[in-house]
Amino acid sequence: MQTESDDTMPLRTSDDVVRVRQAVRARAVAIGFSLVDQTKIVTAASEIGRNTVDYGGGGEMRIEVVRNGQRRGVRLTFSDAGPGIRDIDQAMRDGYTTGNGLGLGLSGAKRLCNEFDIRSVPGTGTTVTIARWT
Amino acid sequence: MAEIPILRIGDCLLVSIQVDMHDQLALALQDDLTQRIVTDRARGVMIDISALEIVDSFIGRMLNNIAAMSKVLDAVTVVVGMRPAVAITLVELGLGLTGVRTALNVDKGLALIRRIIDNPERGDADRER
Repeated sequence: MQTESDDTMPLRTSDDVVRVRQAVRARAVAIGFSLVDQTKIVTAASEIGRNTVDYGGGGEMRIEVVRNGQRRGVRLTFSDAGPGIRDIDQAMRDGYTTGNGLGLGLSGAKRLCNEFDIRSVPGTGTTVTIARWT
Repeated sequence: MAEIPILRIGDCLLVSIQVDMHDQLALALQDDLTQRIVTDRARGVMIDISALEIVDSFIGRMLNNIAAMSKVLDAVTVVVGMRPAVAITLVELGLGLTGVRTALNVDKGLALIRRIIDNPERGDADRER
């Protein structure tokens, strides 16, 4: 697997979430995602990015364009140094929220991606990696 | 912060969301619309989302909230112009927008609002084709 581009963006405010959406859209268009695939990865990025800001106390997103043989993809890594998630299975359940959202962010984003990985250490922070392929 | 304009047409309010909204802007719109329903004595609210490239759970919640608040204030909300890719993504995300009435475009949306206002009992069953 090769990495064709690799950038990092701050995620501190809801304006940053808008910029993240735009950056993910631009990469998805550039590598030829269909309109539906673009919409899915941008929506997933919006969900996870909002979690980074609202629950993680801010952090950053790494955005990579990757190639595996003929296929290209967008891989996004969201990391924060927030309070972490004590029970990941519970956090991944539809409708579960500790805030005032709908509890669809993590579980919904997972359904919109081809790859999803979440690691969290209470008191240290959370890292979520998602990827979608052409 | 740029505001999203709310236009009045007769007893209806029309909002066309033309920008990629950050969360505070979405919350401000929700508050403004609720205020305007009361001050303008509006019976219908139409929200045009044809320019929106995504609807995530936050925007979805805003649409649900506006629909619920308008109902309490005796107004009907119709969301129009959702792009097909947005609809596909929204359902996969797990958000059905169950409390929100929708129509394909502004024309059909206005007709739906008019029918529900004029005929509140039949409004639910009698949907625009």
